[in-house]
Amino acid sequence: MSLSEPRPGTATRETLPNPSIDFWKHRHVLDLDDFSREETDLVFEIAEGMVEILDRDVKKVPTLRGKTIATMFFEPSTRTRASFELAAKYLGADTINLEAARSSVAKGESLIDSLRTLQALEVNAIIMRHPCSGAPYIAARNLDTSIINAGDGCHAHPSQGLLDIFTMRQQLGNLKGRKAVIVGDILHSRVARSNIWGTRHYGMKLVLCAPPTLMPHGLPDMLEKYSLNHVTLEHDLNTAIKNADIVMPLRLQKERQQSGLISSLREYTQGYQVNAARLAGAKPDVLVMHPGPMNEGAEISPEVAYGTRSLIEQQVTNGLAVRMALLYLIAGGKSR
Amino acid sequence: MPEKTLLNSSDIERALVRVSHEILERNKGATDIVFVGIKTRGVPIAQRLAAIIRTMEQVDIPVGSLDITLYRDDVSSLSFKHVVQQTYVPFDITSKHLILVDDVFYTGRSIRAALDALIDLGRPETIQLAVLIDRGHRELPIRADFVGKNIPTARNEEIKVYLSEVDAVDKVTVMRTEGGKNELK
Repeated sequence: MSLSEPRPGTATRETLPNPSIDFWKHRHVLDLDDFSREETDLVFEIAEGMVEILDRDVKKVPTLRGKTIATMFFEPSTRTRASFELAAKYLGADTINLEAARSSVAKGESLIDSLRTLQALEVNAIIMRHPCSGAPYIAARNLDTSIINAGDGCHAHPSQGLLDIFTMRQQLGNLKGRKAVIVGDILHSRVARSNIWGTRHYGMKLVLCAPPTLMPHGLPDMLEKYSLNHVTLEHDLNTAIKNADIVMPLRLQKERQQSGLISSLREYTQGYQVNAARLAGAKPDVLVMHPGPMNEGAEISPEVAYGTRSLIEQQVTNGLAVRMALLYLIAGGKSR
Repeated sequence: MPEKTLLNSSDIERALVRVSHEILERNKGATDIVFVGIKTRGVPIAQRLAAIIRTMEQVDIPVGSLDITLYRDDVSSLSFKHVVQQTYVPFDITSKHLILVDDVFYTGRSIRAALDALIDLGRPETIQLAVLIDRGHRELPIRADFVGKNIPTARNEEIKVYLSEVDAVDKVTVMRTEGGKNELK
């Protein structure tokens, strides 16, 4: 945790009068593609303040008192839902949690109708996860309530992207010239996609590494179209990992083998598992991150997951701070 | 009306020396005293008070900084949100005589927010309020224990405190503004 005292004599941002935020325009958080550097930095600055609250005995501030935050998850999740719910509670909001399996969705209610019901119940923000890419965009177009995307299909997971970059900056400081490698099932990874957008402001290199069958075909075109020059693609992990500051394996879903995308778990492990031997090719002080949940022994070896270079637990704590910052920015302040 | 200087650097210094004496007198010495400054300009004032007391009593008084953004009662009605900054109180405030320090004392709403924030951090024996400027117009039943300078003002005047740590110069100025109440720093 980086707690810094105001330095006398220097009028940095930190010692300037509590600045008003007039450039924050987001009513929804759908993906990081429409986040400017200024906005991303703002989330991180506020998250720093939230980290201090997590360190207190009494982890509760009254900022969102009287506001209600709903989580609506159409897909299983433990850490993201728990993290958002705790973030809302620590800020003093009330929370309601809806799971598709136990709600009227199981009776055939449409997505929009379910969300409209929540809106009619006057919730201030809906945190939503859905297996279909783009579902939160449909919600945002049809509702006045703020939508925070907590993962949609293979498309985006903005709060995870933010917490990953927040964690990197916390550990490495300036990310300029640093190299991060995301390895594994890029094809199905919304975490990788949000990290592509989120890291573009920070002058770092991002290498995406996957076997050809797990690399999206359209990715080179997308990178070119949006001038995402900081991203390179690589199929060989030993090459990708050279001089890496950060290595982030993604969960290998077991179903991928049945669908023929990998020939066997054993072969995948030989080529793409992040383990001690492989990390020897990276920088000596390389750090390991994982968006969770992990399949130990598949994409990551246990000694790396629980080793001294692992930031995985730190990511979970930071995720709470980053989500508190997002909720403050979305649900705090003047309502629409 | 142009910006008019009310206090210069040595006026501020003299006021703070007197306040330091009053704090020591009221608390019968510097035992168990801690300072917490409200961000932004309460923090350097708290540090100056601690420095003055150090030369007088040869004791180091801990100084913390408090960000009250999350405790404001206007957080849901502000047209602008404020950046949440870090609170840094690296010592236990329980059973201490806590001197809360701010630059300008106006409606009292910032102090109310600060009191809520402090209660979340621990249970001080007493909380006392020291301010550099008291400009009146209270909206809550809150008073200051130590005042550097009373400056009666109209609501459409703006008092600005400049401190060398933050603003590269030491002075207190008054300026008439078009709008009405403007406590938000």
